[in-house]
Amino acid sequence: MALQMTRRLLPHPLLTTLLIVVWCLLINDITLGTMVFGAILGLLIPMATRAYWPDRPRIRNPLRLVSYLGLVIWDIIVANVQVAMIVLFKRNADMAPNWVVIPLELRTPEAITMLAGTITLTPGTVSADLSADGRALLVHALDAPDPDAVRDDIKSRYERRLKEIFE
Amino acid sequence: MTDILFLAEILVAVLLIIGAAFTLIGSYGLLKLDQPMKRLHAPTKASTLGVGSLLLAAMIHAFATGDGSLHEMLVMAFLFVTAPISGNFIAKVHLHRQRGGAELPAPPEEETWATYAEK
Repeated sequence: MALQMTRRLLPHPLLTTLLIVVWCLLINDITLGTMVFGAILGLLIPMATRAYWPDRPRIRNPLRLVSYLGLVIWDIIVANVQVAMIVLFKRNADMAPNWVVIPLELRTPEAITMLAGTITLTPGTVSADLSADGRALLVHALDAPDPDAVRDDIKSRYERRLKEIFE
Repeated sequence: MTDILFLAEILVAVLLIIGAAFTLIGSYGLLKLDQPMKRLHAPTKASTLGVGSLLLAAMIHAFATGDGSLHEMLVMAFLFVTAPISGNFIAKVHLHRQRGGAELPAPPEEETWATYAEK
């Protein structure tokens, strides 16, 4: 009973926390007033949007999520330099742009969204589409003579970690 | 104290140059690359490392000169969340324009890509 009440009042506790933090950052000030108003927003917005996001995502391993973010930021820096070199010094005709199909082991929508976002943010790959049954991602690579290597790299580097975090 | 300020200024200057360089390379890539899907790679790059280091420079400058601000974190977070979505939409438009042209690999297990699904 009490559990149901909290579920109704707080459909997404993490979203509520995030909204309070974002509100304080927007005001650029941490006072009691901003935190209270942030908490009001953090209660109202998840309630108003609950119909569009019925399931609560489970994050099994918050520490792993932090280390995952660190890994992604590092990869963004490294891959940026690589792609800058390709753009500057490689002739168009020498590049091997390719479509890569990535069969997914992830099932939760949140995890798949994170994977697709990671793929786009790390330069050199852009996620373009999901198969109709949600079991494969279509990714475009800027310069990949060997698409299978890109697929294996993404699966072992990102998908495996996301699976540990979300599922 | 002045030493720290001086160090901060050097750091800010370096970050500004890195950010500007990557933004420039991103724009150059947009001009140079010759296919729509290849062109999509250039702006995603400029918006991550380019804008990222510009914002980091702004943040360090704000903290070094006294009135620290964390607004930039928010800009970065929103950018990192929205950039893949707009990239995805551009890719989807490209897929729609390609409809019928058998350029794509097929997904496994006789499925279609969601953009082409009829339901």
